[in-house]
Amino acid sequence: MKKQLFKGNDAVVCGALLGGATHFFGYPITPASEIAHAAALYFTRAGRVFLQSESEVNAINMIYGAASAGARVMTASSGPGISLMAEGLSYLAGAELPCVVVDVQRAGPGLGNIWPEQGDYNMVVKGGGHGNYKNIVFAPNSVQEMCDFTYRAFEIADKYRMTVFILSDAYIGQMMEPVELPEKVSKTERKPWALYADRESRHNLITSIFMNTKLMGEHNWKLQEKYKEAEKILEFEELETEDAEVLFVAFGICSRICQTALYELRSSGIRAGLLRPKTLFPFPKQKLNELGERVSKIIVVELSNGQMADDVELSVRSRIPVLRYNWMGGEVPSTGEIVKRVKNDI
Amino acid sequence: MVKVKHAKPESFYKVYERKLTTKKVTHYCPGCGHGVAHKLIAEIIDELGIQDRVIFLSPVGCSVFAYYYFDVGNVQCSHGMAPAVGTGIARTLENSIVISYQGDGDLAGIGMSAIIHAANRGENMAVFFINNAIYGMTGGQMAPTTLLGQKTLTTPMGRSTNRDGNPIGMCELINSLTAPVFIERVSLANPARVIKARRAFKKALFNQVERKGFSFVEVLSPCPVNWKMSPLESRKWIINKLEPVFPVQNFRDIEEKPERYERVEMSDEELLNLFKIEKEMEIKPKTKKISDQHIKIAGFGGQGVMSAGVLLANCAIMEGLNSTWLPSYGPEMRGGTANASVIISENIIGSPVVDNPNVLIAMNAPSLDTFEDQVSPGGFIIVNSSLINRKVKREDVEVLYVPASEIAKDLGLITTANIVVLGVYMVKSRVLDTETLKQVIPISIKKKHLTEVNLKALQAGIDIFKEEAGAHI
Ligand SMILES: Cc1ncc(C[n+]2csc(CCOP(=O)(O)OP(=O)(O)O)c2C)c(N)n1
Ligand code: SF4
Repeated sequence: MKKQLFKGNDAVVCGALLGGATHFFGYPITPASEIAHAAALYFTRAGRVFLQSESEVNAINMIYGAASAGARVMTASSGPGISLMAEGLSYLAGAELPCVVVDVQRAGPGLGNIWPEQGDYNMVVKGGGHGNYKNIVFAPNSVQEMCDFTYRAFEIADKYRMTVFILSDAYIGQMMEPVELPEKVSKTERKPWALYADRESRHNLITSIFMNTKLMGEHNWKLQEKYKEAEKILEFEELETEDAEVLFVAFGICSRICQTALYELRSSGIRAGLLRPKTLFPFPKQKLNELGERVSKIIVVELSNGQMADDVELSVRSRIPVLRYNWMGGEVPSTGEIVKRVKNDI
Repeated sequence: MVKVKHAKPESFYKVYERKLTTKKVTHYCPGCGHGVAHKLIAEIIDELGIQDRVIFLSPVGCSVFAYYYFDVGNVQCSHGMAPAVGTGIARTLENSIVISYQGDGDLAGIGMSAIIHAANRGENMAVFFINNAIYGMTGGQMAPTTLLGQKTLTTPMGRSTNRDGNPIGMCELINSLTAPVFIERVSLANPARVIKARRAFKKALFNQVERKGFSFVEVLSPCPVNWKMSPLESRKWIINKLEPVFPVQNFRDIEEKPERYERVEMSDEELLNLFKIEKEMEIKPKTKKISDQHIKIAGFGGQGVMSAGVLLANCAIMEGLNSTWLPSYGPEMRGGTANASVIISENIIGSPVVDNPNVLIAMNAPSLDTFEDQVSPGGFIIVNSSLINRKVKREDVEVLYVPASEIAKDLGLITTANIVVLGVYMVKSRVLDTETLKQVIPISIKKKHLTEVNLKALQAGIDIFKEEAGAHI
């Protein structure tokens, strides 16, 4: 049998190990803890390294160390933990070290609760820490994608020497679905910039400090060029957009709900479509701009105060109405609620 | 006899290229202890012949640019986090000699958790802790090691116990842990002390060559500039003021090599097999048309509602259908009730959330109370009548009353009530074949010795539906 039933959080660990991950450093937090549990079991069984760190701050710095030494390394957490990692993520960006971070989003701010939200969008997609940097961000909406995106994330992280985020949510992390596992183990090669405790790599220096303003400026510009280059990995999914008059834009769990709502609307004569960004950075600006010419309304469905909607509005340059359907605090809309609201709004 | 060497160590760069902004100034102030400590480390790296293997961690503090000088592998770390960074490196490169070089703000202030935990795990690293009782780089604020009464920019009237706490002895703290193999406090106040310090430095580094583990050297070091003293005065101040508070001594020097955790990496082949389930299931081709099943199974924790859901989803996949399973989780479960949402469909499933189930399996009374009203008209409810005394109020749904817990108890395992109701559901709905569940149970159940009784429970469910269904609907 090819497909197996996996929990989203467990699928991350399968994807990671097959994607060549050798190190996992993390600190438990609901609803991401199963990732640490599965990593503790499978990384250890596989003779890879799992270490429970003393905090998320320390975890991200262990990652900084392992990444300096050329490893494929990851962690998984949720909002409060990702907040703690902000400084480390900025250092990783400054020193151009690759790693993979999974954020299984819960509700905030503060301790919030453990139900799904998408309120980490700005923090993760815009960088999170200080300085002019970006992360590559994948937004899985199925257990299969939890596995696949994590699997691919390591190679992409290595290629661009960037942090790749898997921005998930409590539902995608907790749910089970059939998954087909990758059939090949991906491997990292010797990285010319990394440290291997040998003569060849001895002159390498991992740092993010440039006291000279000109050099610091140049370094920043170099990073921006790299981020531009990384826009090539843009991915999105279109569903029934060809003749759509109403366009949903949603990622993660919301895109699943919109998918069902879309067909219900179509069966009552409303031509709805869905654009689902699979990457949030890079963001499908161009595609949205194109679709903005064709559809009459855009509805951004988000479990936040409309963080992605800001980017959607920018992408269509506010030419057409962008409605915001927002839920927060762990509230998740039913398909029926969305259908009713759309019928009311058009 | 110790020979005093004047030549430059190999592991120092031949020339320190002045970086642009430091063209006119030396990086360290005159009389600073950092230079002495650097030189000792560089000489020992030479002596031990480990230059290629060293990875030197520069902290945030005056020694942030230590990598200007050391011709070794260099990593500049965030404030206080060098021991965490070093953990990442030491756990990646078996051959590395990790040197964590940190100031007292860095190590004993912001980085306290990193150093304590790295020490407690016995990470392979030599830590050189430069205790100058002050924050140097930022211009002279209080450090955790600042002495009582000592004036700094943030203790302008002098450090006071009540307001600021007492100076922290890091050696003493680390000495309370079992994993470290070497702990010593040294002083750079005069040549005799430097020679002693050198021995401690060498031991800490030699321990890394031997892979003995965590070695910690605290170095009482002058910061004449921020102490507002001449270099000479500052050396006297170390002897007269610092040393009485921070006794210069060896705290620990363990000879035997501790047992180390060894790991053996799996091959690709083994890795690919790691996630394969024990027995491959055969997927049957789809034969029948089904209507979408939105199932909610609810009960109290321990009734196996989660695993019942997983079994259903597994059966659905085996029969070539699509399925999603979504649990209640976290504190939700601590309240005593748990529920799983399962969707089974021929089509791709959008939302995995079940708001209006067309099948409700209520294993206890609170579950029926919570979900009865949500069932969609025309749906059906299976009630565990062993634990639920009341009848269903709705009239637009079908209801089956099944004494599942009693049946399970009679079989000798109360927790198989979940399988009894699955049997009932399967024959009632005809969406899934009970034969499929018979195959899935032995594969999915973790406690293999319970396979038999679970299969019996399934049969009991099938039978009870056939016997009683009509009468109770
Ligand atoms: C997160 C963070 N907080 C504060 C600082 C500012 N800072 C830089 S160095 C330093 C103190 C360093 O003192 P110490 O570790 O004693 O080293 P010394 O300079 O005395 O050698 C501080 C607070 C920083 N760089 N990062
Ligand atoms: S400020 Fe103090 S610690 Fe820093 S370089 Fe000067 S003397 Fe050394």
